[in-house]
Amino acid sequence: MKAAVIVFPGSNCDRDIQVSLRKAMGTEPLMVWHGDSSFADVDLIAVPGGFSYGDYLRAGAMAAKSPVMREIADRANKGVPVMGICNGFQILTESGLLPGALMRNAGLKYVCKDVHLRVEANDTPFTQNYSQGSVMRIPVAHHDGNYFADSNVLDELEAENRIAFKYTNVDGTESEDANPNGSQRHIAGILNKKRNVLGMMPHPERLADPDLGGTDGKPMFEGLVAALGS
Amino acid sequence: MSEITPEVIASHGFTEEEYDKVLDIMGRQPNMTELGIFSVMWSEHCSYKSSKKWLKTLPTEAPWVICGPGENAGIIDIGDGQAAIFKMESHNHPSYIEPYQGAATGVGGILRDVFTMGARPVANLNALRFGSPDHPKTRHLVSGVVAGVGGYGNCVGVPTVGGECEFHPSYNGNILVNAMTVGIADQDKIFYSAATGAGNPIVYVGSKTGRDGIHGATMASTEFSEDSDAKRPTVQVGDPFTEKLLIEACLELMQTDCIIGIQDMGAAGLTSSSFEMASKGGVGVELDLDKIPQREENMTAYEMMLSESQERMLMVLRPGTEARAEAIFKKWELDFSVCGELTNSGHMVLRHKGEIVADLPIDPLALASPEYDRPWVATPKPAALDIKSSPEPVDLMATLTQMMGSPALASKRWIWEQYDHMVMGDTLGHGRPGGDAALVRVHGTAKALAMTSDCTPRYCYADPVEGGRQAVAETWRNITATGATPLAITDNMNFGNPEKPEIMGQFVGCCEGMSEACLALDYPVVSGNVSLYNETNGEGIHPTPTIGGVGLIEDASKSVGIGFTGDNLDLILIGETRGHLGCSLYLELIENRTEGAPPPVDLVAERQNGDFVRSQILAGLVAACHDLSDGGALITVTEMALAGNRGARLHCSDQDLPLHAWSFGEDQARYLLATNTSETLIANASAAGVAAKVIGKTGGSNIEMDGVGSISIATLRQAHEDWMPTFMNG
Repeated sequence: MKAAVIVFPGSNCDRDIQVSLRKAMGTEPLMVWHGDSSFADVDLIAVPGGFSYGDYLRAGAMAAKSPVMREIADRANKGVPVMGICNGFQILTESGLLPGALMRNAGLKYVCKDVHLRVEANDTPFTQNYSQGSVMRIPVAHHDGNYFADSNVLDELEAENRIAFKYTNVDGTESEDANPNGSQRHIAGILNKKRNVLGMMPHPERLADPDLGGTDGKPMFEGLVAALGS
Repeated sequence: MSEITPEVIASHGFTEEEYDKVLDIMGRQPNMTELGIFSVMWSEHCSYKSSKKWLKTLPTEAPWVICGPGENAGIIDIGDGQAAIFKMESHNHPSYIEPYQGAATGVGGILRDVFTMGARPVANLNALRFGSPDHPKTRHLVSGVVAGVGGYGNCVGVPTVGGECEFHPSYNGNILVNAMTVGIADQDKIFYSAATGAGNPIVYVGSKTGRDGIHGATMASTEFSEDSDAKRPTVQVGDPFTEKLLIEACLELMQTDCIIGIQDMGAAGLTSSSFEMASKGGVGVELDLDKIPQREENMTAYEMMLSESQERMLMVLRPGTEARAEAIFKKWELDFSVCGELTNSGHMVLRHKGEIVADLPIDPLALASPEYDRPWVATPKPAALDIKSSPEPVDLMATLTQMMGSPALASKRWIWEQYDHMVMGDTLGHGRPGGDAALVRVHGTAKALAMTSDCTPRYCYADPVEGGRQAVAETWRNITATGATPLAITDNMNFGNPEKPEIMGQFVGCCEGMSEACLALDYPVVSGNVSLYNETNGEGIHPTPTIGGVGLIEDASKSVGIGFTGDNLDLILIGETRGHLGCSLYLELIENRTEGAPPPVDLVAERQNGDFVRSQILAGLVAACHDLSDGGALITVTEMALAGNRGARLHCSDQDLPLHAWSFGEDQARYLLATNTSETLIANASAAGVAAKVIGKTGGSNIEMDGVGSISIATLRQAHEDWMPTFMNG
């Protein structure tokens, strides 16, 4: 499996996901500078977290116009798996690869803490190593993670089983308290129609190493390697 | 150009004597630009004129110290050819005037001090002190400062892993925002600020220069009065995105051999960076101000030299490498301008629009900066508290709950959840905020750095010498409690007006106590910062020498956290318990008294007990460890219980002591360990001559004291967690 990590000015989780991918794949992912409009063929494209362009204007808005994003859109349309984490999710919605928008957290403050996620769809290369309905502990760290879309879009996401993760309590039940940012229908991550593009606010790469306090993020990377070849 | 009148001289903060010295050095009347340059270079903030004499007495050497005070930050050896580079710096005055930007630019400034030396910043910490929670400004200041610290650190992608936050009325008019950055560099890639080689190009990189922050250093060198809000324009505005680009561009350039010297533009901006670089390298400087990237039109030489615009660096490059360096900065979309060159003249010559607008001799100005031996009086030693004056509380468990929910001890989760404390993927699970010290792995190795900041200002106020000792010892203990070996400190000396002998006496006393502790613990000062004039309308803050400590553990997997890791672990109290209630939090919170002498710090016992505890952690005999500090033994047990989400049953207090003195006394040099090998541990302690006693066991969902009472962890957690969010929402 070959993977690419896209680096924008202001990306700051690029190294973190590089480490997680390297550990799972056993090889070095390709680091792609945002100004490069073409790069080698890969089996997975990761758009990392951070503050691309300082989140000025709107989180992800400027990065979405970067030359590399046209290339990513083309490849996504051809079926290459693309995962956007945190700022990466914001960039994917801003570029139209995923529906909806990430608004300012309902609490209006930046929030960095472990939350619980329930796996809603395990029929994708990203989630295949999780059991359906299982609950994992993964950190969030964002100021703008409040997922918003109009109710038609939300209904469609649900009907097509395109909600990948929801925020829940540790026992898998939903509640306002368990939702760190006010996301509609407690949405933490969604898929595109073809199910090859995933956007999620939580950071699986931050809990994929026992020394860091947990490994619930690890199955995502191992599942990708299993699905896309080692 | 304006005329140099006595009013202009006074408004630049010169005493008559100092201005005479200016005339001496110049051999003529200075013009406005020159006067402004003298003013910032000789400000308290840049010259350390009141504190220098005493800072020189602090121990700064150890075999592992690579570079002590005097550079942008201190450097210590952490093995494998690597170095930790760190410093703490205050941004007190600006943060009071404009909390968000003041705090944000404080973080930005300290980050630059560290990466300018070649280190990648890997952790930020911050020590915050606010006025009373009842003060009408406190909530606004907390909210702005925390958002500013987070806004900057989160965006640059450096985890904010630790710190402290305290409330006390003495900070009502002068909050303290002390920010610390720790970075890691390869020892063969460390960069210093000295500029050498006449003819070598001087290069300006980073953000453009604007009119913000002019005279910030001078503002930080005077007291506040009612009209301080009018000083808002002297606060700079931060741009963390540009800082992030600047970090990456500088570190990329540092992989080449282009750089001879590099210095960030901090307080007093272009003036102090160019002066310091030239003075250290023994060269002259010629700058062409027309080449300085400018954000605003028609800026004068005076404004450019005194601007404190953020995210700027000055470098001296090897001739011929300019194009290579420029390509890197262009890639990161940053300004890059060759704006001058080094000379043999020993002078700083500034050209602007074809004219020479300033010509100052560098060494005389730098070396003749004033140094005062300010008069001081020692703080009278307080009388010891008579324990008989402190009645036992009726309900010890209710008292415990009240203390856990007090501003001093309540959880600061509301703060640190606004900081990204995990980015960079090396913050250990049990080294996240809330423990004794933060633990951050050295990327790609098995090692970790342990980092903490601490100070107990109420001790320093009652007895500066003891308080100075205690502040150093407590950080040493915090690091030891993780299993790491404490290596060195950075100090951030926050005091009132040094022109008052009693304030100067506090400063002198704290330095004395700190020195003793540093020597006894082999724990030198490698960097630091002084913030004086923290006074409003004549009222000074409590003396606050904030200590930032850094330690190393070779095998991070051996480190421990504070949370109980299982049931039926024995709890072992290390160190002598004498029930010292003088100056304690108990006395302040429960009896509303701030009396007595602070607990004496026995540095021999500190060393012995700490070295013992560390050896037991590294031998794998300890499951969890927490040092005893504010609030004493019972608070420590409770904090460990909350962190591990399981209770404890205590079967042992001390028959000779009143129960509340045993529970809440703040005797120093103590640790609480949870272990499943207590017999071995007790035997080891006895062999080492260290006092150790089993006081209970972990388990259950209550804190229970035999024959006294019991209270649920849930009740304690609620009190502990609720105070801060409730206060901030109020």
